[in-house]
Amino acid sequence: MDLDPSVEQRAIVDVFGALADRFAPLDRLREREPGGFSPELWEQLVAMGAPGMGVPESAGGAGASMLDLALAVEALGRRLAPAPLVEHAVAARMLAVTSDDVPAAIVDGADIATVALRPARDGVARLVPAGAVAAHVVALDGEELVLVTSEPGALIENLASSPLADRALGDGDRRVLATGARARAAHAHAVDEWRVLTAAALVGLGLGALAIGVRYVTEREQFGVPIGSFQSLQHGLADVAVALDGAQLLARKAAWAFDGDHPDAAQLAGMAFLFAAEQAQRTAARALHYHGGYGFMEEYDIQLFYRRAKGWANVVGEPAREYARLADLRYGECTAAVG
Amino acid sequence: MDFTQSDTAVQFANEVHALVTQVFTDERRQRAHDTGTMHDWELHRAMADKGWIRQALPEALGGGGRGPEELALLFRELELAGAPYDGLSICTMVASVIAHVGNDMQRRDILPKLLAGEALIALGYSEPDSGSDVAAARTRAVRDGDGWRIDGQKIFTSLAEESEWVFLLTRTDPDVPKHQGLTFFLVPTSAPGFELQPIRTLSGKRTNTTFYDGVVVDDEWRIGEVNGGWQVMLVALSFERGVAGGVRDAERLLTVAEAHARDSVDDDGHPLLDDPDRRDALVRLAIDCEVTDLLANRAAWVAASGRLPGVEGAATKLFATEALQRAADRLLDAAGPAGLVQSHDVSALSAFYEYCYRFAPVTTIYGGTSEIQRNLIAQRGLGLPRAR
Repeated sequence: MDLDPSVEQRAIVDVFGALADRFAPLDRLREREPGGFSPELWEQLVAMGAPGMGVPESAGGAGASMLDLALAVEALGRRLAPAPLVEHAVAARMLAVTSDDVPAAIVDGADIATVALRPARDGVARLVPAGAVAAHVVALDGEELVLVTSEPGALIENLASSPLADRALGDGDRRVLATGARARAAHAHAVDEWRVLTAAALVGLGLGALAIGVRYVTEREQFGVPIGSFQSLQHGLADVAVALDGAQLLARKAAWAFDGDHPDAAQLAGMAFLFAAEQAQRTAARALHYHGGYGFMEEYDIQLFYRRAKGWANVVGEPAREYARLADLRYGECTAAVG
Repeated sequence: MDFTQSDTAVQFANEVHALVTQVFTDERRQRAHDTGTMHDWELHRAMADKGWIRQALPEALGGGGRGPEELALLFRELELAGAPYDGLSICTMVASVIAHVGNDMQRRDILPKLLAGEALIALGYSEPDSGSDVAAARTRAVRDGDGWRIDGQKIFTSLAEESEWVFLLTRTDPDVPKHQGLTFFLVPTSAPGFELQPIRTLSGKRTNTTFYDGVVVDDEWRIGEVNGGWQVMLVALSFERGVAGGVRDAERLLTVAEAHARDSVDDDGHPLLDDPDRRDALVRLAIDCEVTDLLANRAAWVAASGRLPGVEGAATKLFATEALQRAADRLLDAAGPAGLVQSHDVSALSAFYEYCYRFAPVTTIYGGTSEIQRNLIAQRGLGLPRAR
């Protein structure tokens, strides 16, 4: 066991963090609302080869591991970076598996790709993450897994200021990647990879919120002392700090499990995602509360974290259904209908 | 970064599992339940025979051979089997202290008996008026000729009834700041003036109150410097953090609850595993167990890297025990009226929820309360100012 990131992995964390700090600093995030996308940041990510980093070398990418990707998106998540690297990486990796070639524009990031997490209904994939900026959408449409290339959809304003949009799968250029069981399996695998990477991004979000909370309670004085010297606040922050440590380890382990085709990888993905989502939300809510009235002001950054903690997670489905899905993975589906 | 456990660690875990299965039979498990004892001599001696107590000591102190990763697995296997391990953890901890700061007599006469699994030690820290504030101990030790005379009372002196000595925290100078007037002794439980009274606990396990009424010990029974007790305490803590058990109760509950749910049906004949509420409770517990495992592995890994896992050990203990309480509460609810029924047969899985519900409260109290762990994490981990 070695829980230290390697020299290369440390470099990933540093480089992605520095990039987001420079080209999409937190204090300018509001300029990117409600669309939730920074063309400058994406341009920089393209320049450094990030969009294709998780694509296998045989398909023209850099062949980075899921763990490397997890570290990258955790660093971006910590800064709430408005760039859909998770969705793009997952879609590109799926294309590398299901088709002979991944379009060069996707590997190099000239075009953004995404994945519709939930199966389409009546030919429309709804509330697709990055759907408002992506040219390419991979989606499960009935029995078919399709790659649809069309104009980005109209932004649907939302809690997290994410670039969500509905995408009609009949529009534009439509390519069938797989059908039947193979289509469902490929899509399920992609959504699991999305869960792992989103877990990592949410861990980053939680750590970012925690850092803001710790800094605020250390500086803010009431009753003549820093409020961070009060035990009630210390304990509230200690609880979420511990949980985030656990969430970080779990997200990284899940990514590692995908890299090694570990038999528990799918289960770990579900666990990592649910735990990270809960703890990121809990941390952001708590840090916001410790700001007192300032936490409720639009001007303070903590509200940005509070909104995204729910928004990044809930696009995949209701948490209760995610827990039920995890139970099905672990125990098999229920043997009989329970009234 | 690599989450794989080393081959030697996995092999060792298998070895431990085999020994525990062989020695700690259902019969002995039943006996532990019936008597409430937190020790099993047969298992303890079998582990000593394997050399595991000696191997648990730091290499620099004449032990070694087992790294923190393996030790964590040793305790994990014991915990998952529901085998008593307090004797082992106290024994290795005090043996490490003696090897580190003990005198020649202690190293010659006491250490070998501990390492051979022939004798046990109980911890005499808590008093009726000092629990979390352990440095406020009032049990007095005063010079008496060449030796010391000890008067006072300790509480929760678990295993004292099985122990040859108590590792006793005393006050030797009441006139200085509390941390500077403490001294440790090893007090033989056979000494005149020593008495104990059993305390029955909510879980059915036994602990003790111990009384020290003019107990006289020679100076060679002192451990560490006079008034250097707090330094000895820190040494003791440094040997126990993170790898000495107390973090796998939730995982044991998960294992039992899953086995029970797989094999049983409710009053209407529906499989328990079809109950959505129970499935939800189980997967949430499974997640918490995965997180606990990772936090525990991290603490062991930090220790293996030569650092003291103070914050990491506290984090593991805090998360593990709070998770246990959540799950014990929820699974008892899921079991409904049938979950209330007690059984004195340890093989009855359905009665485990009731037991866990009674046992869970102590886990966030002993070994440092959750509040003490949170203080440590907030101040040392997050760098917040000293609490008010």
